Amino acid sequence: MRDAIAELVRDGDTVAIEGFTHLISFAAGHEIIRQRRRDLVLARLTPDVIYDQMIAAGVARKLVFSWMGNPGVGGLNAIRRVTEGPSPTLELEEYSHFGMVARYTAGAANLPFFPLRSYFETDMPTANPLIRPIESPYGDGVVYAVPPLKPDVTIVHAQRASAAGDTQVWGLLGCQKEAAFAAERVIVVVEEVVAEEVIRADPNRTIIPGLIVDAVVVEPWGAHPSYVQGAYDRDNRFYLDWDPISRSAEVTDAWLREWVHDLDGRAAYLEKLGAERVASLRPGSAPSGVVDYGAYG
Amino acid sequence: MIVAAAHELEGQRVCFVGVGLPNIAVNLAKRTVAPDMELVYEAGVFGARPARLPLSIGDPTIVTGATAVTSMFELFAFYLQGGLIDVGFLGAAQIDRFGNINTTVIGEYEHPTTRLPGSGGACEIAINAREVFVIMRQSARSFVERIDFRTSPGNLGGAENAGRIRREQGWLGNGPTVVVTDLGIWHFDETGEMRLDSLHPGATVEDVRETIGWTPRVSPDLETTPAPTDEELRLIRVELDPGGAYTR
Repeated sequence: MRDAIAELVRDGDTVAIEGFTHLISFAAGHEIIRQRRRDLVLARLTPDVIYDQMIAAGVARKLVFSWMGNPGVGGLNAIRRVTEGPSPTLELEEYSHFGMVARYTAGAANLPFFPLRSYFETDMPTANPLIRPIESPYGDGVVYAVPPLKPDVTIVHAQRASAAGDTQVWGLLGCQKEAAFAAERVIVVVEEVVAEEVIRADPNRTIIPGLIVDAVVVEPWGAHPSYVQGAYDRDNRFYLDWDPISRSAEVTDAWLREWVHDLDGRAAYLEKLGAERVASLRPGSAPSGVVDYGAYG
Repeated sequence: MIVAAAHELEGQRVCFVGVGLPNIAVNLAKRTVAPDMELVYEAGVFGARPARLPLSIGDPTIVTGATAVTSMFELFAFYLQGGLIDVGFLGAAQIDRFGNINTTVIGEYEHPTTRLPGSGGACEIAINAREVFVIMRQSARSFVERIDFRTSPGNLGGAENAGRIRREQGWLGNGPTVVVTDLGIWHFDETGEMRLDSLHPGATVEDVRETIGWTPRVSPDLETTPAPTDEELRLIRVELDPGGAYTR
């Protein structure tokens, strides 16, 4: 992880750590904090606790998003501190979820914009002038356009990949595929690296080909406190605990020191988390059926 | 409030479930008055069968046993914008008499006193779900004459104008139809304004007037919301929300 971030994430980059609740690479976010990147533009549909931590650590100058909160708990307090009051210091560029997904899709497909039937009669195009009405060229009315989003770096966590970076995911897919294809550089963080034959035995599950992947990082439990379908549950206790921690800048800084700066990586983080906590997050089993792709020729 | 909201979902077929209170109301309805309802989550799940009620709507329990897991693009483009959603169920920080919703900021956009989460999927749900249900606690700060930011459109400035604009712009939705609060149940009259149709047991019209920023319309046939049954309370307290995350 240290090498991948050092090599592929640069000061000033637009960075998307995607994953909708599921598969959020906290390990990559923490490594970016440890390496003290600065002036990043952080993009993500749901900034979540990882961006609250990164923004508290001072890595970002701007946030591009569609819903920022700690779901079921409340606000993201570190982000609120720099976006509320008379002189906010963090620049915001906001869309709706569909707008953000459409932006990655336009970026991935090399389109100049993506049209949607959203934003009508709202204040969103006023708050963000990049959301613009356009007339259909076929004469059937107005839709709204959003511009492509092409991150310098997209980072996704996945269940498994081959050493070449062919990446397979199951469970919530979010918009990782779109965000990866839209990006200049792609880092894939996985629970395990598997043999190429494992990937080839189930090609429908591959969302990202190694062709567009710049680094594969093996980091078991790298998505904690978010989750990995079938491997570990969301650690809701952490999301609840983050609320009081993040309410004070001093307590947040102390947490970042203890859990990020003073640790040299995920293995140390897991050890500090403790075997009991880790064991409590393992789900029961619910295997899929097996399909037969058939052998031809 | 949660039980009353669940009752309103009786007979509905496909429901897009918002974050927070909508999640528990919809899951209660699925276990009581609307067992055949398909639950759709913006995370990319159609036909969810959640075995537990999670803190977050992106929880792994909405995946295991679901009919379909989709990319978020498919969910928003094909299921929502394609016209398959009967009810979008939303929460709100501020609402006005015409059901326009703010979940973005309190105060001025550039210098807010409170920065709220923003749209998420709410903006497009309000435009493209066939109808919109809202569940929220009622207070003078949330039921306001003028919302600070319009994140999700309701009946704009009134039904007549809103109907014309929806037709002209090709919205699939017909706007809000139900608002359930901790005090009562509101529907929308022919002018597109909220009308109090039912008071929850123990609540009074005076309570309602004290927690609203305009002079509310009250139905001449004002009803009393049926009290929750023992089974509904058991489902909420024992099965759906034993930790009190939604009901605290």
